[in-house]
Amino acid sequence: MEVKTAGFKEVSTAETLKVSGAEAVIKSLLAEGVEVMYGYPGGAIMPVYDEIFKYKGQIEHVLTRHEQGAAHAAQGYARVTGKVGVAIATSGPGATNLITGIADAHIDSTPMVCITGQVGSHLLGSDAFQEIDIVGLSTPITKWNYQITKASEIPEVLARAFYIARSGRPGPVLIDITKDAQFESLDFSYKKCSGIRSYTPYPEVNLLQVERAAQAINNAKKPMIVFGQGVILGSAEKLLKEVVEKTGIPAAWTILGLSALETDHPLNVGMVGMHGNYAPNILTNECDVLIAIGMRFDDRVTGDLNTYAKQATIIHFEIDPAEVNKNVHAHIPVLGDVKQTLKLLLEFLQPKSHDQWHNKFRELHSTEYEKIIKNDLSASEGKIKMAEVLDEINTVSKGDAIIVSDVGQHQMVACRYAKFNSSRSNVTSGGLGTMGFALPAAIGAKMGSPNRQVVAIIGDGGFQMTLQELATIYQMNVPVKIVVLNNNFLGMVRQWQQMFFEKRYASTEMVNPDFTGIAKAYHLTTRKISERSNLQEAVQEMLASDKPFFLEVEVEKEECVFPMITTGASVSDIRLE
Amino acid sequence: MEKKNYTVSVYTENNLGLLSRIAAIFLKRHINIESITVSQSEVHEVMRFIIIVEVTEEQVKKIVGQIEKQIEVIKAFYHKDEELIYQETALYKVRSSDFVEDFDIQSFIKKTNARIVTVSPNFFVIEKTGERHETESLYEKLKPYGLMQFVRSGTIAVSKNEMPISELLEKFNTSNTIQ
Repeated sequence: MEVKTAGFKEVSTAETLKVSGAEAVIKSLLAEGVEVMYGYPGGAIMPVYDEIFKYKGQIEHVLTRHEQGAAHAAQGYARVTGKVGVAIATSGPGATNLITGIADAHIDSTPMVCITGQVGSHLLGSDAFQEIDIVGLSTPITKWNYQITKASEIPEVLARAFYIARSGRPGPVLIDITKDAQFESLDFSYKKCSGIRSYTPYPEVNLLQVERAAQAINNAKKPMIVFGQGVILGSAEKLLKEVVEKTGIPAAWTILGLSALETDHPLNVGMVGMHGNYAPNILTNECDVLIAIGMRFDDRVTGDLNTYAKQATIIHFEIDPAEVNKNVHAHIPVLGDVKQTLKLLLEFLQPKSHDQWHNKFRELHSTEYEKIIKNDLSASEGKIKMAEVLDEINTVSKGDAIIVSDVGQHQMVACRYAKFNSSRSNVTSGGLGTMGFALPAAIGAKMGSPNRQVVAIIGDGGFQMTLQELATIYQMNVPVKIVVLNNNFLGMVRQWQQMFFEKRYASTEMVNPDFTGIAKAYHLTTRKISERSNLQEAVQEMLASDKPFFLEVEVEKEECVFPMITTGASVSDIRLE
Repeated sequence: MEKKNYTVSVYTENNLGLLSRIAAIFLKRHINIESITVSQSEVHEVMRFIIIVEVTEEQVKKIVGQIEKQIEVIKAFYHKDEELIYQETALYKVRSSDFVEDFDIQSFIKKTNARIVTVSPNFFVIEKTGERHETESLYEKLKPYGLMQFVRSGTIAVSKNEMPISELLEKFNTSNTIQ
């Protein structure tokens, strides 16, 4: 078996070497091709940090300013590269601070390995200093977790951890290592994991189901595709495009499917779900065949399930058997990695076009354009609108930037308006909706994709949840571009208060600090604008800079994001105002 | 859909923490576990969980899907009562003085095939294995005497049809050597 190593030392199964558990951790990471990890030291993980010091130059460690930042940075790295992100922390509070990031990675299927230190095994269960049952705590939010108490377990357990994190439907794995296991020595040899008997990452493809799906698609008069992140995780973007182009079927995306098909593709009909586009939401309830590809029918996508696509034959391409029939009954489930199933499907598909049907999307889109998009993009008075900022970034970056968005109104606006030419370019917290995600995730995204422009779009609320990572950006000189869209409100909650709580703005108005002052204190180049006339030039300046850059934009205070499917409503009852 | 008793059978690796991982799946969905038993299975080093829940068939299907997704779970099934042979065991501790002279209760014990496990000057321990209604009826019978202690095990069950776990594991071994 070929073992890839990032360091100079070749690790193979034949070689055994007496090393400490802590060194074995680093050697295992190198054997897995890990180039960078994000973390924060502390008592119970110090032996590993000592090895990080010794292996400097072979593996990079990024000191974040909070363990949550380490987890999100690892996620950002994983999302743009497709590789496993690695986060490392000490026991107790170090470990609990990772929890939000782990939960986020779990619900968004992000491959990540978290390594935590643990008190010595003789102290387990004694409520020792910084002892926490992190295996117990992380159980429901990890794909797998394990506590190592003997150094000899380290290579095999880490090999399993990486295999589990990246295979099948990816997810986070947590490995907790007692301090004595880090000190103990072992005979080190590393063998990559290639299978676990109780784990079937790729369900067997049933060709008959593929044929049935193809037949339904070939006979469809009004078919519609909804694709999700499964397409990106399965590296099936090209296949998706071939399917779309061969069949002429309009294709819509979920928030995590965004960027799998370029924005300007003529058959890309926009986003489904709560703040998605008008046409694909309305027509979900008119199509005759709904082809779901690598998506999981989240409630933010479906709205009321009792009125969701009831007229349609549902075809569900899915890698995780537990997702089939979970929320929406699939008439034709096609289990398997979409890279495999779409390839097989293509052979059975007949070339078609659905011009008339596609026109319906165009018509509804022009309604949305007239009622919403036009006003969002070309307001001439009042404060700057969030969409204008995204539009300007599109213009300057030509759709080549990676956009990392936080959570709230600006996230919905970013996903609605950002343009993408290539896949793995949209990084956002979709399932968990974690405020504070974007700034650290942007660090990981930029380090994973150093040749691309990385722009973090963040609200004034979320920015204050993880802004300490500005120090990481400065210390590591990570040239991310940070845009804070400041409306001095927790905008999305305020919108709901306006719409459903008679404008009782409970704890949503924010008295904010001088954000550029803060960014300046972290030695970043900054700029603040509040006038529309300065927007273009400010965005140009930011994107032209080869350094980290902080741009604060004062935006319209009480803007609402539309369209909107209100909670419990049907997708076809999507509101334009 | 109607709620019914379902028996979830789970074959797993013998690993620390798996019990809480599986229990968490029920907890997350606010489903109460009526009983749970974990033991060695017919396959070497493979454990078997027997979990009884009262849910709809749609719910139990989803739960089985979520359980099977766990890395160390080899296979999970669900069964209705009629597809299983199932038993429970109950122990009843009663005061000897209430008991020795009472021929009525002694004959009832014989009739129901309950077994006296321990006899001491102070107490008797009676064991009854059977279906729930059988252990219940002995409980009702003994209650007036003042039960000193009572305990009942979780349901254990075997299915009428085959559980091809060995074959499944064998299949993995062969496909993995081919790789």
